[in-house]
Amino acid sequence: MHELSIAMNIVEIANEEAEKANVTLVREIDLEVGTLSGVVIEALEFAMDEAVKNSVLQNAKIKIRKVSAKAKCLKCSTEFPVEDYYTPCPECNNFETELINGKELKIKSLVIDK
Amino acid sequence: MCGTCGCGEDNSIRISKPGKENKLHHHHNNHNHTHDGNEHSHDHSHQHYHDHSHSNDHLSETSEHAHDHHEHHHDHSHKTEIQLELDILQKNNLLAERNKGYFEAKNIIALNMVSSPGSGKTCILERTIKHLSKDIKLSIIEGDQQTMNDANRIESAGAPVVQINTGSGCHLDADMINKAVKELEPENNSILIIENVGNLICPSMFKLGESKRIVIISITEGEDKPIKYPDMFRSSDICIINKTDLAPYLDINIEKIKEYALHVNHHLKFFEMSAKTGEGMDEWYEWLKKLNI
Ligand SMILES: Nc1nc2c(ncn2[C@@H]2O[C@H](COP(=O)(O)OP(=O)(O)OP(=O)(O)O)[C@@H](O)[C@H]2O)c(=O)[nH]1
Ligand SMILES: [Mg+2]
Ligand SMILES: [Zn+2]
Ligand SMILES: [Zn+2]
Repeated sequence: MHELSIAMNIVEIANEEAEKANVTLVREIDLEVGTLSGVVIEALEFAMDEAVKNSVLQNAKIKIRKVSAKAKCLKCSTEFPVEDYYTPCPECNNFETELINGKELKIKSLVIDK
Repeated sequence: MCGTCGCGEDNSIRISKPGKENKLHHHHNNHNHTHDGNEHSHDHSHQHYHDHSHSNDHLSETSEHAHDHHEHHHDHSHKTEIQLELDILQKNNLLAERNKGYFEAKNIIALNMVSSPGSGKTCILERTIKHLSKDIKLSIIEGDQQTMNDANRIESAGAPVVQINTGSGCHLDADMINKAVKELEPENNSILIIENVGNLICPSMFKLGESKRIVIISITEGEDKPIKYPDMFRSSDICIINKTDLAPYLDINIEKIKEYALHVNHHLKFFEMSAKTGEGMDEWYEWLKKLNI
């Protein structure tokens, strides 16, 4: 259940940002979660339900953008979509690849009333 | 519940040394929590989840998830968007960097051992301590949900140790290590080995400030473990394949484990060993000695 820790981290950051902006409620929060970030979006949503209670996010709309993972072949530089770490390059069959997307675990923005 | 570890309130983090089990450290106290100043009631259960309407369509790229029962529309007010681009794990990452700086300043090599429960982490440590403590200053941080058992085993083996009990938490984080290190006070020019909570999933996301991460797989776990739990193998530097003494009794191909692991992470370096018989451990000892120079 590390999604709960992740959710609490999100709330903590939102609280700090709201304080900086001098507001007590956040209207919307935009998150970005990569498909290989280690976070299951459904589990994160479930955890957020619990974590937002009595926080600046209690009424907020929570938008989660899923970022599809993409890898790059270290031999021939082909870029291709992946669902795991061990898909070989479709061009040269090489397993040595580098992820260029998919690890995202970010708060993109907050919307506040001001 | 605690934001850092996801543990329940009544199930707080404990940091203790063998023989001083009463020394409680309520992890949450020193912690800047989101809900600071807010009454945070825990009597509501997860049932409420079913009460609100989820407007998210899991097939779509963006899922929206509105708490309709709370929503008010203040159409008169102005909306302001604050761009953040912040890593959600930044707090842990920053603390991990701080731990790392502390270790580097004291020339302490910190190793983070991760695995499924029961792969043999504590056995490997016991043997390593017995074999190496005359050459290398070793100290250990043990992470388990409950009990002092592993810390007691390490103490008997002869190394300074601090136990972290995470309660219901499923991983160690940088804050816990920060506090445990203050209890442990590892010596300069030493090696600190952290045995993480037995769990192949969650610890992969939480850096502790280690210089190397070591994943342990025992050959009883099946050849395809590395591709079933790729994050842990992806984020590790070293892979120990343990319980090789059992190979004659199992239908398992160790080369196949390595092949799968390399598909997930082609940088992995392997050690094959039996913590039971000691077979194959010399190479591991030599590697540790080199780290310590
Ligand atoms: N046959 C065999 N058994 C082993 C070996 N290493 C450990 N074991 C056994 O595996 C079991 C678990 O060992 P531990 O060292 O407690 O494993 P662990 O990874 O520390 O377990 P947790 O801390 O509970 O996650 C014990 O019964 C050990 O005796 C080995 O190399 N060969
Ligand atoms: Mg153990
Ligand atoms: Zn977890
Ligand atoms: Zn290629």
